[in-house]
Amino acid sequence: MIWLINLSGLALMALIVWWFWLAGAGKARRATHGAVDIIVDDGVYEPAVIESNAGEPLTLRFERRDASPCAEQVVFHGLDVSEYLPVGETTTVTLTPEQPGTYRFTCQMNMYQGKLIVH
Amino acid sequence: MRTHHLPIQGATCQGCASKIRTALSAVPGAGEIQVDLADQEVTVHGDADHAALAHALAESGYGTEAAAPPEAPASDKEPVGGGDIQLAITGATCASCVRTIETALGGVAGVRDASMNLADHSARVSGQAAPRDLIRAVQSAGYGASVIDDPRRADQEREEREQAHYRQLLRHTGYGLGVGAPLMLWGLLGGSMTVQSGTWSQAAWLAVGLITLAVLAAPGRPFFVGAWKALRHHNANMDTLIALGTGTAWLYSMVVVLAPALVPEAARHVYFEASAMIIGLISLGLALEVRARGKTSAAVKRLLDLRAKTARVLRDGGEQDIPVEQVVAGDRVRVRPGEKIAVDGEVEEGSSRLDESMLTGEPMPVAKGPGDSVAAGTLNEGGTLVYRATRVGADTALARIIELVKKAQGTKPPIGRLADQVSAVFVPTIMLIAVAAALLWFNLGPQPPFSHMMVAATTVLIIACPCALGLATPMSVMVGVGKAAEYGILIRQGEALQTAADLDTVVLDKTGTITEGRPALTRVLAADGETEDQVLTLAASLEAGSEHPLAQAIMAAAEERGLAPRSVSDFQALNGKGVSALVDGATVRLGNRRWLEQEGVALALEDQAADLSKDAATPLFLARDDRVIGVLGVADRIKEDAAEAIRRLRERGLRVIMITGDIQASADAIARQAGVDEVLAEVLPEDKAREVKRLQQDGAKVAMVGDGINDAPALAQADVGFAIGTGTDVAIESAAITLMSGSLHGVADAMAISRATLGNIKQNLFGAFVYNSLGVPVAAGLLYPFTGWLLSPVIAGAAMSLSSVTVVSNANRLRFFKPNKADRRTADGGNES
Repeated sequence: MIWLINLSGLALMALIVWWFWLAGAGKARRATHGAVDIIVDDGVYEPAVIESNAGEPLTLRFERRDASPCAEQVVFHGLDVSEYLPVGETTTVTLTPEQPGTYRFTCQMNMYQGKLIVH
Repeated sequence: MRTHHLPIQGATCQGCASKIRTALSAVPGAGEIQVDLADQEVTVHGDADHAALAHALAESGYGTEAAAPPEAPASDKEPVGGGDIQLAITGATCASCVRTIETALGGVAGVRDASMNLADHSARVSGQAAPRDLIRAVQSAGYGASVIDDPRRADQEREEREQAHYRQLLRHTGYGLGVGAPLMLWGLLGGSMTVQSGTWSQAAWLAVGLITLAVLAAPGRPFFVGAWKALRHHNANMDTLIALGTGTAWLYSMVVVLAPALVPEAARHVYFEASAMIIGLISLGLALEVRARGKTSAAVKRLLDLRAKTARVLRDGGEQDIPVEQVVAGDRVRVRPGEKIAVDGEVEEGSSRLDESMLTGEPMPVAKGPGDSVAAGTLNEGGTLVYRATRVGADTALARIIELVKKAQGTKPPIGRLADQVSAVFVPTIMLIAVAAALLWFNLGPQPPFSHMMVAATTVLIIACPCALGLATPMSVMVGVGKAAEYGILIRQGEALQTAADLDTVVLDKTGTITEGRPALTRVLAADGETEDQVLTLAASLEAGSEHPLAQAIMAAAEERGLAPRSVSDFQALNGKGVSALVDGATVRLGNRRWLEQEGVALALEDQAADLSKDAATPLFLARDDRVIGVLGVADRIKEDAAEAIRRLRERGLRVIMITGDIQASADAIARQAGVDEVLAEVLPEDKAREVKRLQQDGAKVAMVGDGINDAPALAQADVGFAIGTGTDVAIESAAITLMSGSLHGVADAMAISRATLGNIKQNLFGAFVYNSLGVPVAAGLLYPFTGWLLSPVIAGAAMSLSSVTVVSNANRLRFFKPNKADRRTADGGNES
């Protein structure tokens, strides 16, 4: 019994590490014609992974449905881009990433998390 | 037959070109189409409508913003649901037009009702139609249309939604606490919180468990939905922690209630009150946070409120009030006393005083007359003005300032990066700690292990607050950048906030930074038998037709004293010497001393003229026939408050250096007046950046203050570049920090605000790190072996919701910061507020 509980505890920890850090993130949405619609609701960006090509202008349309203040702003780390997202509206963010790489985009407090993968 | 040129973007191959051709050829009237991939331009021959072509291009995905039809910006904010769309209609003159337009709008798919109001040239459309289609329908009927994006109404709706969210959170708080508090009281008053199997207590606790489930399912629903969605995305957030914490407590309690036999007798304790209380407390924390956050963005709201709603435009011989969105560049706009300037423009008629403080932070109203520029959002205090619109919509200085402030508020100074890295891995780490703590309690803890395990794990999950950590930096930056904007200081990057806080050297450009940047008359000296006014009148008469800056200075001074120039003849301007003309039969000359000597004029007032030179003024000698009758001192005066501002900078312990292309002697004279003791004179404009670099190589953290145009390389080289402008004309994109008011006080204010903001961020980060790194171990039971304390999950919930409210409130304290006051009180800028 003791061993069973300890083992399942350790297994749970391994599962946490695997699920949140090792397992692949959600499916990427490739930017078609340089535009992607992203829904901001319930603590996640949907889709949360966007792919694009370096040097190409990219249009992201954020539709914020979540009224909680956390969702208020989207910040693209490393690209110096940020935008307010008024509740219930669709806000367009245009950017042209020049350097290939992975850029995180999050809300101000890093609870909403997304990735922009630039090839 | 017309030719349209449209810019394209993103077209890289022949495949793209053929897509573009297909898209454009579908537009009625489009003839031959040439796609130029090298120049990223498409040329269309034929009678097609330009807007339709642009629209088709945009639809194909290769359009640029420039080519997009004018209504495109409005469609950015298309309402998500249905709702009314209001259109501004142009070209409608009579009742039959109204019918035509209403019919055209009614024919668009999704339109339920369309009605046009001829009086204010607007149409209201209800239904589900896209604004773009509506505009096209009106255009094809032969009229123009654009969406009226009423910012005020949109703001109001937004506020209502935020209010509704706030009230909902308060309701959730009520439900959570309403269920949790009586239970907790029962426990505190000695009521049994344990389950005896097979007795009435099992049934009673089952009922309580179901009520708690309702709390989790209704007010707690957002946390569980958020946690589940995040989990599916391999993501974890605050919701995950709350859902896991409250869920664990409820599940454990339910097991105890339904199958007490599974749990040792001593561990048959229920924790329903914890689940309900946590949901209530965290909802309360969120509600308080919503409230406090509203205040942090007050600065942007204030700027948004400056936008005028309508403009009184002079069109077709009449005046009409139209929505400000419909004003186009070139329109003549009338503004009456007490009204706001609607768009940027240039005054054509009238004179008045404008209060520009909302943009520049400069409290004194500015006089405006024909030829002067006016900026949207400023307030007309005096007379009526008619101005020609030069920049409208998103191009106005106000719109660009709002954009800049909003953008800057989202950037982070480097100090916040650690918190970002931590918060990115925070939640899964906390989950690991919770499981590890439970295992430790199980193996090493006292009896009964199960309830202790559960309490430790739940408390760890609940007490950990990623929000405080994530909010620490952005909240302060938001308030700090907004605060700066209130003082007419535009900070482009969060990084500049941090750098500006540790500067030790300020390099000031002379012309336009310390001085006004244009010469002005400083002294008039009259020889015996003449009066100052006579001298000035004669000088102004000579210079009346000249565009030279010195001439303008004399003209302005004469005008100020109400002196009218007399008519002159035989005017001659001798480059580098002066001017001469005949006035009332006498030869009058105005110029430098050497030239008059060459002309054989008898000099006078030489000693006084020499004194003028010492004060960095240029003496101009005025001679009638062969005798000097007066001397005029013209100088680029130092700004009124420059000396005071420089004193402030020096009191902050900064090394202040003036840089100029002037010769040493006159540079020294200005420096003396301004109170600067280090001068870099005779520096060519292109060498300014090198001088800044040299200072940096000596280890200095250098701020460069200049006009942003000529000094751009030096501004870029400096650790922080300050572009100083006069009024709203300044090029706000040219430097890290822009001072709208033109006053050097802005440099000291910017540094004071930066230091205060940075101090605030440090307090927040320190608080958040300390809170989490103390709270989590204590929650895990670290103190238990020594003191026997184990935190209750309810206390953890209260602490967690308080911690993020504290961060937001602390950031809000910055709103009361006054840079001037801080200077007077202390030299370190401090965090007092």
